Amino acid sequence: MSVLVYTESEQGKFKKTAFEAASYAKAVANQMGTTVTAVAINANDTSELGTYGVDKVLNITNGDLKAFNANAYASSIEQAAKQENATVVIVSSSADSKYLAPILAIGLNAGFASNVVEAPSNTSPFTVKRTAFTNKAFNMTTIDTAVKVVGVSKNAFGLVESNGSATTEEFSPSIPASGVKVESVDRATDKVTIADAEIVVSAGRGLKGPENWGMIEELADVLGAATACSKPVSDLGWRPHSEHVGQTGKPVASNLYIAIGISGAIQHLAGINASKVKVVINTDPEAPFFKAADYGIVGDAFEVVPTLIEKLKAFKAQNA
Amino acid sequence: MKILVCISHVPDTTSKINFADNDTKFDTNGVQFVINPNDEFGLTRAMWFKEKQGANVTVVNVGGPETEPTLRKALAIGADAAIRVNTDAKDGFQVAKELANIVNEGGYDLVIAGRESIDYNGGMVPGMIAALTNANFVTNCISLEVDGINATAMREIDGGKETVSTSLPLVIGGQKGLVEESDLRIPNMRGIMMARQKPLSVVEPTNASTETSTVKFEKPAPKGAVTLVDADNVDELINLLHNEAKAI
Repeated sequence: MSVLVYTESEQGKFKKTAFEAASYAKAVANQMGTTVTAVAINANDTSELGTYGVDKVLNITNGDLKAFNANAYASSIEQAAKQENATVVIVSSSADSKYLAPILAIGLNAGFASNVVEAPSNTSPFTVKRTAFTNKAFNMTTIDTAVKVVGVSKNAFGLVESNGSATTEEFSPSIPASGVKVESVDRATDKVTIADAEIVVSAGRGLKGPENWGMIEELADVLGAATACSKPVSDLGWRPHSEHVGQTGKPVASNLYIAIGISGAIQHLAGINASKVKVVINTDPEAPFFKAADYGIVGDAFEVVPTLIEKLKAFKAQNA
Repeated sequence: MKILVCISHVPDTTSKINFADNDTKFDTNGVQFVINPNDEFGLTRAMWFKEKQGANVTVVNVGGPETEPTLRKALAIGADAAIRVNTDAKDGFQVAKELANIVNEGGYDLVIAGRESIDYNGGMVPGMIAALTNANFVTNCISLEVDGINATAMREIDGGKETVSTSLPLVIGGQKGLVEESDLRIPNMRGIMMARQKPLSVVEPTNASTETSTVKFEKPAPKGAVTLVDADNVDELINLLHNEAKAI
């Protein structure tokens, strides 16, 4: 009996979601009185995982797993789970982990709960709290199978450091042939992505046109934030669909979400509810977003945002 | 090409969410149900295949008789036939297993499901169908071309997109991008009339087991009032974000 966690990396370096998943795995292991084993695939340095509660790392180094492949990755984690006799398997909520998790669950005959936001309230029956109705509610769910797969929501559980250290063992799973081959990857390397961003600066139709996005990008630059937009803006083609945040767009679970010139349609709010701190800047004091926000400025974005950029630059210089 | 489009019957995106029976059940009172938006993109792409390349499109849903209007709408949009698996959807695994059974029996080349439903957001059904039917699988799919038995798909990844090549049989988890929002179809009168003539078969479930159960639902705690800052006092906002919210 152990808790297994898949700790994903990119170009050899662990992602923050890996440490979040490890922190969650440690909390589950503590509740169950057991240890945490991590599966790392093509990671350069696995020692860092000990800081987040991992006791043992099964380190897979395999050229065939260089590009992400859901079947091959799921199979590798499944083999590790079986070797370790794991009863709980933790994955994160990255696009790749959400891709492989259902395949892994079928492979392990395991019940799967995704979008989990808290440590289990009980481990027998194994009960977790997950978001539902696109963040408009929570669903307390029990996983009734012997083996459980849990997908942890980003930014929900957070990072919990512990003072342990991890031992590392090489692990060589057999890699199944895959029917899906990656031909090319087009990744925006110079920008913070919405999925990874701690801060998201988002703008809507109040910006009046795509030519006015310069100040949104500048504000995002100052804050080290990702840029996003409301649905009408992506529908109008002012910004790419990949920036559309909301019920049918990207969900955002950032620490800070700044909405500029977005009135706050229910579908948009559903997509950003999981963000911790919300700021709205809008000329209309009746905009529904003010009811959902923590902080607000009733004002013209074209006056407030340039001032905010200047003041933030000064703040950053002072607090560097 | 035989295409199966999996349709979730979900509350309209603007629905107020409430619960009944001691917060153990979703309260459907006054709720308008629609085709899951992610499935609607997939259905429209299936219509494109039908019209441009020739395909037979069946839509399927796991649910009680109350979901039939949603299936009829899909027929009015242009699907050729509909199947309702006559059982309440209880969890992702049960739904995936019932759908996998339909896929195996019908010998579909391409199964299009939404990347997730907007009610339970589990995001597990398409992947589970693929695993249960030994089909290739691509999720977060934002474009799909099929040439004979070969397929090229693009999927959204964190921070970009990825192009993959694969082959039929294939299951995809589709989303916005698979077709443009402006290409989504609204059933016209002719479509609605024709839909009445199209077959909607009801099949009995295999009584697949569930693996998870809902204990209860909770609504987020009510939020405190917004703290308004004067537009001329941006420093105060920075101060609050730094010292109070610890967000910068």
